[in-house]
Amino acid sequence: MKALSLPLPAEPMPGQIRFGALRRSARLLFGTPLNAVLTLLFGVLLVATVPPMLRWLVIDAVLFDPSPRACRVATGACWSFIYAKSGQLLFGIYPLDERWRPAIVCMLILALLAWSVRPASWAPRLAALWVAALVLIFWLMAGGFGLTEVPTSSWGGLPVTLILTVVAIGVAFPVGILLALARRSTMPAIRIGAVVLIESVRGLPLLSILFVASIMMPLFLPEALLPDKFVRALVALTIFAAAYLAEVIRGGLQAIPNGQYEAAAALGLPFWRTQYLVILPQAIRVAIPALANTIIVMIKNTSLVLVVGLFDLISSGKAVLADPDWPSPAAETFLFIGAIFFALSFSFARFADFLERRGPTAH
Amino acid sequence: MLSSTAKRVPPMPDPNDPPAIEMTGMNKWYGNFHVLKDINLTVLRGEKLVICGPSGSGKSTMIRCINRLEEHQQGQIVVDGVELTNDLNKIDVIRRDIGMVFQHFNLFPHLTILENLTLAPIWVRRMRREQAEQTAMYYLERVKIPDQAHKYPGQLSGGQQQRVAIARALCMSPKIMLFDEPTSALDPEMVKEVLDAMVALAEDGMTMLCVTHEMGFARQVADRIVFMDKSEIIEMNTPAEFFSHPRHQRSKLFLAQILN
Ligand SMILES: Nc1ncnc2c1ncn2[C@@H]1O[C@H](COP(=O)(O)OP(=O)(O)O)[C@@H](O)[C@H]1O
Ligand SMILES: [Mg+2]
Repeated sequence: MKALSLPLPAEPMPGQIRFGALRRSARLLFGTPLNAVLTLLFGVLLVATVPPMLRWLVIDAVLFDPSPRACRVATGACWSFIYAKSGQLLFGIYPLDERWRPAIVCMLILALLAWSVRPASWAPRLAALWVAALVLIFWLMAGGFGLTEVPTSSWGGLPVTLILTVVAIGVAFPVGILLALARRSTMPAIRIGAVVLIESVRGLPLLSILFVASIMMPLFLPEALLPDKFVRALVALTIFAAAYLAEVIRGGLQAIPNGQYEAAAALGLPFWRTQYLVILPQAIRVAIPALANTIIVMIKNTSLVLVVGLFDLISSGKAVLADPDWPSPAAETFLFIGAIFFALSFSFARFADFLERRGPTAH
Repeated sequence: MLSSTAKRVPPMPDPNDPPAIEMTGMNKWYGNFHVLKDINLTVLRGEKLVICGPSGSGKSTMIRCINRLEEHQQGQIVVDGVELTNDLNKIDVIRRDIGMVFQHFNLFPHLTILENLTLAPIWVRRMRREQAEQTAMYYLERVKIPDQAHKYPGQLSGGQQQRVAIARALCMSPKIMLFDEPTSALDPEMVKEVLDAMVALAEDGMTMLCVTHEMGFARQVADRIVFMDKSEIIEMNTPAEFFSHPRHQRSKLFLAQILN
């Protein structure tokens, strides 16, 4: 490159910089009449809302006083309720003496999730680790083999949300890949089967699929063949997620040029190895933003299981509010539950963002 | 080594060996369109064929039938003594032994150059990784880009990518190499580096079928030139004969256009 011979501007004094920045932001905020009006309106809005919000959240709030009476008289939020009820909020109606079991389950799932997002741990053994962990989790939750048995109807709260999310999405992802491939198959029977399944699932609201699984299935199936209600809801969520993920992955597959298939074929790679090594890594990468979107929606969809009588976080929130000793602080409770969902969804969004940036950039 | 520029005498094809490729009475249609008409072509081991002809004459389709990227409907194709049928296992076995280089390279963009080269040896030939990487580095040196091994295809120039594509095919130790217009998507200044790699491969005695309009290359390495037009093989001859005494009106016309 040719060296430029422009004179360098004299180094500005620190004071000048600050002044310049001030002038720049002033121009940005009040530069045009419209900007000035918007700035003023927004300022009024902030002044009107922030102080009362702060007062409610912190200043007038009951932070530590553990007695319900403090909350009755306070005009602010009742955070002590969240502490006092944290066990029931997080673990629902799970037997009190056995709460250490769902506590371990939650920590195990969160630890495994944290472990799984590291590229260094991506190996076939990670899948084996998850399968082993799920067996352990199911044993801890349900009991038997030395532990007190706890039926799924007594499960509740965070472990239910986490198990539903992780298992439904974890199983739906590979199933979705298979459905996407089936829908592009040249074999008519396979293609039509995939189309019928995907389109019927997409045509129904998740609520109705959950109702079919939990209320109608018992009408058709004999008692002995009927899976547990929890398992039925899990299957319904999985099928729902798989249909949506399949369409997103199919979109990614369509972006792969024919030359990739031809190059793999010319090297003698058979069908499945071509998919696994060449096509899917590229298709999934293309589809990451849409995949992340679908998965985040699914994380929150798990709370719909409350309509078929399973107790996820939101249902245990409703349950704790029913305590007559307390003034029923619904806003605080649902803010707390919302924060948990936000933490899960936002972490996942960050992970998807990291995946998108990783690897070769498009040329 | 590829780097040697000294002209070597290529090993003469032995007519007593079974042929590398034998196509007899081969026909192919796309719907109603008769894209290959009664193709009869025998390629001996070690022979180098250059296939030329106007665009749309069926050159790509013909060589793609050899590794069954396209299916023929009539006649016989025998590769290395094995007839091409619908038996999928047989097709994969035949494809391992036929390397192909495409006009648009078709490298795998999500893999590094080294991974592009080792993928098939590891997953198709079941080679150990270290050995596959050793082989890959050997061929990268032969096409003169060992320093690019850890880059991604998108970071390389067109000429470099095409040389990687050649090395990728060679890593499977193919008995036959097919080239479909390997230089026509390249900027002019990169054509030579790819042709050099192909010349060196020819000097090593590889059986080669090249669809190309690089007539200098054809003169230098081809044992025979196959001229196709309108779905048929019109003329087949040594380069000397073909260039100085084309027998058919259509060959003359084509040569006049391409050599003007
Ligand atoms: N998949 C296809 N379906 C229908 N027609 C095709 C297809 N591929 C190629 N053709 C047609 O077959 C003819 C020969 O194509 P091709 O073998 O690519 O010619 P060349 O390589 O000599 O330029 C062309 O007329 C082309 O339009
Ligand atoms: Mg062509």
